[in-house]
Amino acid sequence: MSIMEYNGSAVVAMVGRGCVAIAADRRLGIQAQTVSTDFQKIFQMNDTLYVGLPGLATDILTVSNQLRFYVNLYQLRENRQIQPNTFMHLTSNILYSRRFGPFFVEPVVAGLDTKTHQPYIATMDLIGCPMETKDFVVGGTCTEQLYGMCESLWRPDMEPDDLFETISQAILNAVDRDALSGWGAVVHVIEREKVTTRTLKARMD
Amino acid sequence: MAGAVSVEMPRGGFSFELCKRNAALAAAGMKPPTPVKTGTTIAGLIFKDGVVLGADTRATEGSVVADKNCAKIHYMAKNIYCCGAGTAADTEYTTLQISSELELHRLETGRKPRVGTALRMLKQHLFHYQGHIGAYLVLGGVDITGPNLYTVHAHGSTDKLPYVSMGSGSLAAMATFEDRFRPNMDVSVKTFKFGISRKSEKEAVQLVRDAIVAGIFNDLGSGSNVDICIITADKTEYIRPFDVANEKGERTGDYRYARGTTAVLETSVRKFEVTSETVTSAEPMES
Amino acid sequence: MELDFRVPTQHQVQRDWSPYSMNGGTVLALAGEDFAVIASDTRLSEGFQIYSRDYPKTYQLSDNMVLGCCGFHGDVLTVTKNIKSRIKDYEHLHRKKMSCAAVAQRLSVMLYSRRFFPYYAFNILAGLDNEGESVTVGVTNVRSSLVLPVTYYTHTHTHQGEIGLKNQSGAEEVPLSQDKAVALVQDVFSAAAERDIYTGDGLEICVITAAGVDMKRVPLRRD
Repeated sequence: MSIMEYNGSAVVAMVGRGCVAIAADRRLGIQAQTVSTDFQKIFQMNDTLYVGLPGLATDILTVSNQLRFYVNLYQLRENRQIQPNTFMHLTSNILYSRRFGPFFVEPVVAGLDTKTHQPYIATMDLIGCPMETKDFVVGGTCTEQLYGMCESLWRPDMEPDDLFETISQAILNAVDRDALSGWGAVVHVIEREKVTTRTLKARMD
Repeated sequence: MAGAVSVEMPRGGFSFELCKRNAALAAAGMKPPTPVKTGTTIAGLIFKDGVVLGADTRATEGSVVADKNCAKIHYMAKNIYCCGAGTAADTEYTTLQISSELELHRLETGRKPRVGTALRMLKQHLFHYQGHIGAYLVLGGVDITGPNLYTVHAHGSTDKLPYVSMGSGSLAAMATFEDRFRPNMDVSVKTFKFGISRKSEKEAVQLVRDAIVAGIFNDLGSGSNVDICIITADKTEYIRPFDVANEKGERTGDYRYARGTTAVLETSVRKFEVTSETVTSAEPMES
Repeated sequence: MELDFRVPTQHQVQRDWSPYSMNGGTVLALAGEDFAVIASDTRLSEGFQIYSRDYPKTYQLSDNMVLGCCGFHGDVLTVTKNIKSRIKDYEHLHRKKMSCAAVAQRLSVMLYSRRFFPYYAFNILAGLDNEGESVTVGVTNVRSSLVLPVTYYTHTHTHQGEIGLKNQSGAEEVPLSQDKAVALVQDVFSAAAERDIYTGDGLEICVITAAGVDMKRVPLRRD
């Protein structure tokens, strides 16, 4: 068993027209035993910037707190909100500084550019290799299923409501074929002036 | 989340804080995950006026394609570029680190950086880490001594050759080179699958493109597009993508979901004002 | 209690002996009401190498039955050869066609007979039963690394194919049409070829109806 599979997780982010969505499952397990069904894996960094942290739960907590700390410092120092791209590099640097003793998380970043409001998504591996795409990014214990779903469902220029349906169906059907993730899902759809957060009805097995 | 967060400010260099914990986890039978590797085809050659570098754009995580269009040709200096294979994060950060040291060196000496300088910095960095930094590089550029091309292995060994290839697709690429390479190439060739024929294209570019394509099709670790970088004494051209070797299959069905298909338990909306930002320089405080 | 503090001076080295290899490939099957679709890609590979770009992993067993078989190619050849031979034996002995369920059962027996030195072959059997209803049977596991978008084939011994429609509230259950099924299979494979390095080159789709088996070839990406 891999350390990344100890607690189980699934995170996905997708780009739409002028909006992005990020979704995660809600399970916290210890291997095959489910411990909690409302575990938070997506963290808000500022108005239009969210980060999803699939991986080992203890590191999810540590890394999310560290990121919060650095983002707060950045905001105090610069007196402005951090750009998604800058935030991605910040995260990447934190992870790569631990190249030889890594945190077991694969962050997924989703947000809107604070100036141009352009959608931005990115992910990185556990040692911080950045990967920016224009369609979707996935992470967690059922990446194969998520890649399959996204590769067949995603289409360019989705409106926020359609983006919600697509990302929700992608994550729900992916986690149904993974024993370690699931037990509910949460979806954030990030738009220019609002963020809609929905908890999904899902199989609880 | 209550509880104190102890975050030390970064001091530069690697942190080995979690090594003991991770070793304990590994000893308990928890396999450490594999980072993204770039099963790769990278290649380069020296032609009459300079250097051509080429790379595919696939990054893999085991047998799954993690990134379909990643950039494997990294900037080192205006006249030096570097292709990376191996552990993706290592190639990214090693080239970034040396590139910034090279820029500081340039500012200090006031001279155009030499490829040999970049090579020495890279190999000393990699040798220092005894192969634990998994970066396998093809370094090319043009400086005062003319065109230069090198390969650098993760343990710090280097080669200087007129045509080189690295990565899992290196055999396919090298086979193409062995077949068609000749010194001082320069003849204009204008047959390209992708895009309009470009006047500046040379036989050398076509050869590198074909070498990368050989890797893309015959090596499962390589795929997607061809990136090319042409460096001559007076200019550098980075073409990305240079060629799309494979078009994505077209979707025949329509898998749209009607709005409201997904059952929702709870909805909350957070609205905020979009503020415009102005950054003003702060006055220094009186002492 | 005595503790043993001796440092082992000699330990037996057991070399890992592995007679198996994985030659990749994806096989997929789904069932409609009066037809079954089974498809496979045509790439045969190992490690980072492609052995063949034109080797479908679907094996026609009779005029209304196709076996999809992938894994270790040597075992695949043996399994398919043996099952074909067994079907002939059955037909000569009983003077009737072997039904899908019987073939599935025979295959299961064949595979289980090697319980402790298994065939490294993953099988899906698709066909029509004697009443003309379609059957897909997953005899062992399937190496299909990517989830299908809206469809599941029913696994083991269920005599009905069904479209998933999982997680969709208020979705109408419409029987899957043959054209839609083929289009779906095609899309699933082009998605798989995007992300799985062992899937690609070409796709062979077999549509099994009462009239027989209709084969169709579609190109996939070759990188």
